[in-house]
Amino acid sequence: MPEINKNTKKPASIQISPAYEQWRLLKDKLARYGVVAGGLGVIVAIVLIFFYLLYVVYPLFISASVEPVDHYAAPEQALGKTILLEMEEQNEVAARFTESGQVVFFEVATGKVVLTQAIAIPEGVKITSFSQGSPINEGAVIYGLSDGRAIVVKHQYKATYPDNKRLITPSLKYPLGETPLVIDTTGAALEKIAVKIGSDASTVIVKSAGKIRLVNFAKEQSLFADEAALTRTDAVLEVSAENVETILVDKDEANLYLLSADGRLSYIDISNKSSPLLRQEQNVVTAGQTITSVSFLNGDLSLLIGDSTGQVSQWSMIRDKLNHRTMEKIRAFKVSDKAVVTINAEQRRKGFMAIDADGVLGIYHSTAERQLIKQQIGQAQPVAAVLSPRANGLLVELADGQMHFWRVDNEHPEVSIKSLWQEVWYESYPKPDYIWQSSSASNDFEPKYSLTPLVFGTLKAAFYAMWVAIPLALMGAIYTAYFMAPGMRIYVKPTIEIMGALPTVILGFLAGLWLAPFMEAHLGGVFALLMILPLGVMLFAYAWLHLPKKLAQKIPEGWGAAFLIPVILLSGWFAFSVSVPLETWLFNGSLRDWFKSELGIGYDQRNALVVGVAMGFAVIPTIFSIAEDAIFSVPKHLTVGSLALGATPWQTMSRVVLLTASPGIFSAVMIGFGRAVGETMIVLMATGNTPVMDLSVFQGLRTLAANIAVEMPESEVDSTHYRILFLAALVLFVFTFIFNTLAEVIRQRLREKYSSL
Amino acid sequence: MMKLWFKSGAPWIWLNAAAVSVCLIMVVGVLGLIVARGIGHFWPGQVIQFTYQDEGQVKTIIGEHVDSSITPAAMAKSSGITMADTEETLVQYLVKTGNRDVTGGDFRWIQERQIKSQEAPANLVVVERREWGNFYGELAAVKENGQVIASGQEAWVVLQSKIAGVLALYHDIAHLEKKEVGAINYALEQLRLEQKSLQLKNRWDDSQEKRLNDKKAALDVDYKQYQAQLAALYQQIRRDSLVAKTQDGAEVEISLSKVVRVYQPNTMSFFDKAVHYGAKLFEFLTDDPREANTEGGIFPAIFGTVMMVMMMSVIVTPFGVVAAVYLREYAKQGFTTRLIRIAVNNLAGVPSIVYGVFGLGFFVYILGGNIDRLFYPESAPAPVFGTPGLLWASITLALLTLPVVIVSTEEGLARIPKAIREGSLALGATKLETLWRTVLPMASPAMMTGLILAVARAAGEVAPLMLVGVVKLAPTLPLDGNYPFLHLDRKFMHLGFHIYDVGFQSPNVEAARPLVYATSLLLVLVIIGLNLAAILIRNHLREKYRALEG
Repeated sequence: MPEINKNTKKPASIQISPAYEQWRLLKDKLARYGVVAGGLGVIVAIVLIFFYLLYVVYPLFISASVEPVDHYAAPEQALGKTILLEMEEQNEVAARFTESGQVVFFEVATGKVVLTQAIAIPEGVKITSFSQGSPINEGAVIYGLSDGRAIVVKHQYKATYPDNKRLITPSLKYPLGETPLVIDTTGAALEKIAVKIGSDASTVIVKSAGKIRLVNFAKEQSLFADEAALTRTDAVLEVSAENVETILVDKDEANLYLLSADGRLSYIDISNKSSPLLRQEQNVVTAGQTITSVSFLNGDLSLLIGDSTGQVSQWSMIRDKLNHRTMEKIRAFKVSDKAVVTINAEQRRKGFMAIDADGVLGIYHSTAERQLIKQQIGQAQPVAAVLSPRANGLLVELADGQMHFWRVDNEHPEVSIKSLWQEVWYESYPKPDYIWQSSSASNDFEPKYSLTPLVFGTLKAAFYAMWVAIPLALMGAIYTAYFMAPGMRIYVKPTIEIMGALPTVILGFLAGLWLAPFMEAHLGGVFALLMILPLGVMLFAYAWLHLPKKLAQKIPEGWGAAFLIPVILLSGWFAFSVSVPLETWLFNGSLRDWFKSELGIGYDQRNALVVGVAMGFAVIPTIFSIAEDAIFSVPKHLTVGSLALGATPWQTMSRVVLLTASPGIFSAVMIGFGRAVGETMIVLMATGNTPVMDLSVFQGLRTLAANIAVEMPESEVDSTHYRILFLAALVLFVFTFIFNTLAEVIRQRLREKYSSL
Repeated sequence: MMKLWFKSGAPWIWLNAAAVSVCLIMVVGVLGLIVARGIGHFWPGQVIQFTYQDEGQVKTIIGEHVDSSITPAAMAKSSGITMADTEETLVQYLVKTGNRDVTGGDFRWIQERQIKSQEAPANLVVVERREWGNFYGELAAVKENGQVIASGQEAWVVLQSKIAGVLALYHDIAHLEKKEVGAINYALEQLRLEQKSLQLKNRWDDSQEKRLNDKKAALDVDYKQYQAQLAALYQQIRRDSLVAKTQDGAEVEISLSKVVRVYQPNTMSFFDKAVHYGAKLFEFLTDDPREANTEGGIFPAIFGTVMMVMMMSVIVTPFGVVAAVYLREYAKQGFTTRLIRIAVNNLAGVPSIVYGVFGLGFFVYILGGNIDRLFYPESAPAPVFGTPGLLWASITLALLTLPVVIVSTEEGLARIPKAIREGSLALGATKLETLWRTVLPMASPAMMTGLILAVARAAGEVAPLMLVGVVKLAPTLPLDGNYPFLHLDRKFMHLGFHIYDVGFQSPNVEAARPLVYATSLLLVLVIIGLNLAAILIRNHLREKYRALEG
């Protein structure tokens, strides 16, 4: 009635000022924006996780880059041709060793000479050969002289900080004394030379007067004198010295390599200094080609041999089953079609750089078999080149007398699709293999980043867990949803769901400290249980059929699971009590030993079986709950119709209900699988965490997730190892993302289908 | 008949029923195992004196019977034990003999067939020590300043009276060292940081220097005073000692300052044992761990877990509720909501370790590192927030439990009848007012359920925490009497990680195992309690709305 409305005056108290009204509306609006932002925040969160992981992983796959910083005329060219370039840690000072025995230290950035020093070479003696030790020798070089003597020099750098500015002072040191050492006692000129300076012993190998000689100086600590006396061992090698161009000794002073220009490699065992032993002699380049450059790879376990076809091949010492050591070609890199002039190995990683006669630079990583960059860095033939100790700068002197300084950006050369997922032939391994071994104490260790054994372990653990979980969870869900009495169901469902709330750390702890020793002691019982349990249930069921009619009618339907509990306990007890006599009778006392002796299957205490049971336990509630919901919500008229048409309850179940609910069941299994794949604590505690690739149920494994948990805390931020662990996390993320999304889409479809029914 | 029976499918139904039974047995079995092992640890067991034939010699072994094993003869033979043909099994007992300082181990296995006799003499004592684990043996004398003041029967009585005094002294010392001296150290560190901060800002001058030096001097005076007090207390506590005989008859002197408690389990009545049990349980819940976490209490772990969970709740609740409100009240059901539901499901399904990795990289190193650079330049190079700690652990777990809160709240919102919203809107309320005054209060039990479930999940989660802030032994709690009281940057201990660490990283796993079971029991009780509460609230809620709808 409009009249009444007009007549009634609004009371003052509810007189609403327009300002307040506006304020209300503004609040409402703001709240709307806030809530929308909050809702979309969920999507932002998941996208953020994905992109952050990607952001950390991405640098692994970008190539190296080099950029020219400066070039200048090589300093003090009057002092002779360069035979070696060296750079110190900070890329500030470089050294140029000349063929006339002069060392010119100069600033890397400008070419300004810092210090020029002549090596103390006696009057009237000429330099006839030269070589450098590998980086492990901290800059030792040796000059061979025309009178059969040699002199060892080390270049050193000291950093001081006057006025808070770094100042690097270079100097020369003579670790074996300033007077030259007599190597060839006959006084013949040393044509080729190699040296290794160790803390306890040093070895010099020379080619002189057509022979290869070995001289070893071992330090003998005397009790009385402060200064250690040097004991000298001499040997003449019984190998042909003809054409020998390069001599290399490894850091242990146990292996010697002689290379001739026409491609012959002789490998000599010199672990016994007085009687060296020729182990192998073979051709390492195709006939007609020549070796143009040779270097050790960091660690001195592999040789990098560059030839005139522009190829660099890696030869590594391999031990075969009989412990014979041979050199094998494990991989090769093609630099260009021109001869490879210089090869410089990185000092802390298994990478190297090679430059060909045309000035084309290639940077490679041996383990990853990856070419990180290929670039023309000059037009003339290079004379000498050096890669800085941190592999972030390179200095090249070209034949035109120009010195070029380049900055190198090469953070993560160790990773390639191949090194992550495929078989890699690691140094000193007999054959290519999948190995995860991320770190070791030593500096020249070859990191083995194969994710394959970890993915294998993850899938293996999940696979065995699913073997336990799927039958129990799905069968349980079928019974609970369809056959069980409602009175029992309201207790059973929450009980099993609470199982899922149990912290996995507790399940892992029980699996590792209780279940694993229990299974080890009662392996026979576990197998007996698998057979006796279904048998016992069947027997009970058959007996149930013959229950007197009167009694059977009194027992309410749908409580079968409750009656079966004592039956199962009894079967369990029976299985474990017969296991000992059975094992004694059938397997000579112990099933475990029998597996080992008869089938050759080893037994780890913490193995995939233990993980399977423990993780199965953790996954059952997930699968059970979703599958039960799917089966339970199958529309009633479908089942009733089927039963009315005369189908038995089981026929209805298997032909109607299961078919209708199958997408739901499928998504339950997928979500369960996703959970098993990502589970960390159980596998961490219930397996030995050894990254082996063995399908055996009695062997341990290491999963991606456990690997992250074990290694993440000790990996250095932004290192390759750190990023690879992020990659492992990304793999897990993507894997579970696909499974969960698929499962969710299927469930949403199913929900629509049910509502339309 | 049989064929018909199989055709009807009844056996398959029975097999399905068996699967349910197996699941139930497994749940109950696991819970039972934890309860059985966890509950008995604090009950004082009988100390038995075995007369044992060991390689021709007759020895006395004193200890508690812990475990037995029965090995078939064949297996025993293969492990190198000589067995007579008449023997079918080898029965072995695991005995906790303690006295790690004397024998080098806490436990030993003995064979039943070698035991000549066993008895439980009343005069055997168990000494719980702060180092080297338990001591088992006979009490010989009590010393004061190195002089014997009581021996034989009398010693026990004197010891009882002394122990109480020594324990009181011990608590005083602990209080002084941890609270008072700890506070001074903290204040000194703050002064150092203040000085550095002023220097960095170029505001360091003579007046500031004088001010800080005065403060330092005052603290130093306090410190000296506490040092003197401590020295006096230490002298007092080291005065007394007890002398006891081991199983081999060797005499061992134990300073009372190293003793936690002494008891004679073989003379204890049921009531005594119950009191002992209560005392041990109280110690377990309220004390700090001892001996690399294998003895003593787990208070810091409980405290750390609770703190972390509370922080997490504060963070997760608003975000979870807002997201659920958006999904249910604001969003048009369609592509966006579908996408969000998929995102929520994925958040729930992403492995928890991935959250740990994300938390470590994004929260700790990126957010934390930048916070340090902006706000704590004086601490460099030591990180403040740029290292794993309580705050980052809470945020990481909040992200992890977000889906739980969303799903639960959404379910609650969905159950509220439409009529209530429409009624409110019809009366002229805005959407916000409707939500705030009617819908959300009605949905609060659902939010509560979600929060409880989130808490239960967070309390049991370990893997991500290992990366973002949990440590095996935290020297200080994240909450203490030093300003600003709540230290979000500190690392903390956590019950779940404690189980992992003590059970798997401890050098003396056998000795630590009972404690791990007890810790597991506590954790399981808390989590099941929380879950049951959530289920009850949810059921109650369902009933309520069913009534409303009808």
